[in-house]
Amino acid sequence: MSQNDTQTTGGAPMTMIQALRSAMDVMLERDENVVAFGQDVGYFGGVFRCTDGLQAKYGKQRVFDAPISESGIAGAAIGMAAYGLRPVAEIQFADYIYPAYDQIVSEAARLRYRSGGMFSAPLVFRTPCGGGIYGGQTHSQSPEAIFAHVAGLRTVMPSNPYDAKGLLIASIENDDPVIFLEPKRLYNGPFDGHHDRPVTAWSKHADNVVPEGYYTVPLDKAAVVREGKAVTILTYGTTVWVAQAAAEDAGIDAEVIDLRSLWPLDLDAIVASVKKTGRCIVLHEATRTCGFGAELVALVQEHCFYHLEAPVERVTGWDTPYPHAQEWDYFPGPARVIDAMHRVLED
Amino acid sequence: MSSSPNPAVTDPLRLHVPEPSARPGEATDFSYLQLSPAGAVDKPALDVTASQTTPLTTQLVRVLDDNGDAVGPWAADIDDEVLRQAMHAMLKTRAYDARMLIAQRQKKTSFYIQCLGEEAIAVGQTLALREGDMQFPTYRQQGILITKGVSLVDMMCQVLSNAADPLKGRQLPIMYSYKDAGFFSISGNLTTQYIQAVGWAMASAIKGDTKIATAWVGDGATAEGDFHAALVFGHVYRAPVILNVVNNQWAISTFQAIAGGENTTFAARGAAYGIPSLRVDGNDLLAVYAVSRWAAERARSNLGATMIEWVTYRAGPHSTSDDPSKYRPADDAQHFPLGDPIERLKAHMIKRGLWSDEQHEQARSEYDAEIARALKEAETHGLLGSDNRPGAADMFNDVYKDMPEHLRRQRQQLGV
Ligand SMILES: Cc1ncc(C[n+]2csc(CCOP(=O)(O)OP(=O)(O)O)c2C)c(N)n1
Repeated sequence: MSQNDTQTTGGAPMTMIQALRSAMDVMLERDENVVAFGQDVGYFGGVFRCTDGLQAKYGKQRVFDAPISESGIAGAAIGMAAYGLRPVAEIQFADYIYPAYDQIVSEAARLRYRSGGMFSAPLVFRTPCGGGIYGGQTHSQSPEAIFAHVAGLRTVMPSNPYDAKGLLIASIENDDPVIFLEPKRLYNGPFDGHHDRPVTAWSKHADNVVPEGYYTVPLDKAAVVREGKAVTILTYGTTVWVAQAAAEDAGIDAEVIDLRSLWPLDLDAIVASVKKTGRCIVLHEATRTCGFGAELVALVQEHCFYHLEAPVERVTGWDTPYPHAQEWDYFPGPARVIDAMHRVLED
Repeated sequence: MSSSPNPAVTDPLRLHVPEPSARPGEATDFSYLQLSPAGAVDKPALDVTASQTTPLTTQLVRVLDDNGDAVGPWAADIDDEVLRQAMHAMLKTRAYDARMLIAQRQKKTSFYIQCLGEEAIAVGQTLALREGDMQFPTYRQQGILITKGVSLVDMMCQVLSNAADPLKGRQLPIMYSYKDAGFFSISGNLTTQYIQAVGWAMASAIKGDTKIATAWVGDGATAEGDFHAALVFGHVYRAPVILNVVNNQWAISTFQAIAGGENTTFAARGAAYGIPSLRVDGNDLLAVYAVSRWAAERARSNLGATMIEWVTYRAGPHSTSDDPSKYRPADDAQHFPLGDPIERLKAHMIKRGLWSDEQHEQARSEYDAEIARALKEAETHGLLGSDNRPGAADMFNDVYKDMPEHLRRQRQQLGV
């Protein structure tokens, strides 16, 4: 379980879906300016059930269905945020966020800057991302790099229910626009890349406790999810679980860092770990070239060069569209991480 | 009849690429505009349906006739004082544009955009709105700011990107932002603000507020996807918004037919989306004011969005980077059948005894002098490229609410 930065007591196991729903429930209750909308978000409660029951509880003025228009959803959300609301807008799959890209990049990200701080866009775009579900080309993508690249945006991705709720609440409260990427492979239970083994639900994870009420997990703070001395693995989302499994499988004393906030990120946590281990692997599902991993490699090189004992490795999706039949050839599972660890440790 | 039942199917296909009726050296045939006589178009009930407005979308609401008289159902009920305010704001806007154009030519700044010939639209609508309403303008609605009495010096400092620029040198000239004046931050990306205006209006409705939004787009930029999104959302949620399309016939060098205006109107699109829509003489201040007030009242009565196509003409170059003589007749504006908005209002006001040639000349010279003084004052804060400019350290502010670590480091690297 990750470092919890806000003291909370009590709670029960939740799936990531329930945790996200709970975050929105808490914020809809606490702040009358919070509204949630998107395709199928209202009456039906979302195609992944993340907004289940919220419309019934808060009414159609607060939680509502939207036309199938991502630029419309994003543009309307920006207008609402400029008015003073705190919209939590859902894009049904991260793969479908591109029609909203102009609104996100040209508008949400820059509104504060270009207006000299006069207007701002305190909003959250929630969107399910990532593969490992036989989602094929348009239900599996990890587009985080194209958002992390944009000045003015915050890009966040949780890897467990506790963080999902705490990070979502923190994102809704944050005054900057947040791209909140939810690895849908983790919605119902953790997934370590061993697709041939049965998956256990979040309820079966002894340490999965999510408080019912309000708490936050701060943005810009990474979590050391597995301490180790041999090699640092920098990762986020589903591959946080892959990295831990790889370390266990190979019996390697790897330190696994879950970045949680991709950008702005927790550089101190990264530098401290890599200086300690002297070796680093960057792991993500997204395609390699100009992926977010490239930025992580560059940062490690800049800040830890004299402590590095081996070249920094990247384990990522291949530079191809996400295929269907070749799901497990594409997805960076534990075996590829183990190979990388061996290479890095050889040097 | 030929022997073949359908001879066309054997002919080779041809791509249709619309053209304006005239290019440089020729004379435009403005009959494509389909004008209605002043006073001829109905004033529908506030709760009119979109389909009931469909016939109106191919007509043209006009109040001022060729004699300068206000006629027809839209003529009633305009305060003399509103007309005076409008005249002053239009004259001031035109004087401001003229002076800033010169300032750009003198290389005091890099860029400027006039609204020559379109002054009535922004001015007239602004006068029909209330304090607290939010307008989502393009770069050609400076008339809003001038009507609202925003400081000219302040506006000029933005254009000059100098030390007193309220946007701290971060924005291209004319991309103003005035929250207190109900003027949303202008973006370089066309049409993005159109759907944002709808979202703002939805927010006002969600909160049970009484404020409305106005959205602005040019004819060319209606082709962007955000135009469609705004119409869909505006209709679906019955948002309290006025959706303005300023059809000035041109998008840089591109005639409005290439934006989809051939044999149709932009107002017709609004009606097709289920939004009551009107097509209005944009150079007729009285029509602008009356229709804007009607649309604002509809919005405030929870009757939803209204689309208005303003038929006007972009009399000046697109921007200071443009030369229209390369793509349209040099004297086109003089032949535009809806004339000049200031001249038309002037004739009407003189006829009503509200204005005179002397007052007109006096107001003009006073605004010229006021604007020259304002520019002189603005210049004391610096010109683009001078040392008197916003500090480099400020470049890193306002990217986020609080400056993150990486920007702090980058600012240090720059040594500021
Ligand atoms: C998304 C986008 N595409 C292209 C441009 C470049 N551009 C700036 S103004 C303009 C013409 C717009 O014409 P119109 O909408 O008719 O408005 P007008 O300038 O006539 O007021 C173009 C193509 C832009 N600013 N944004």
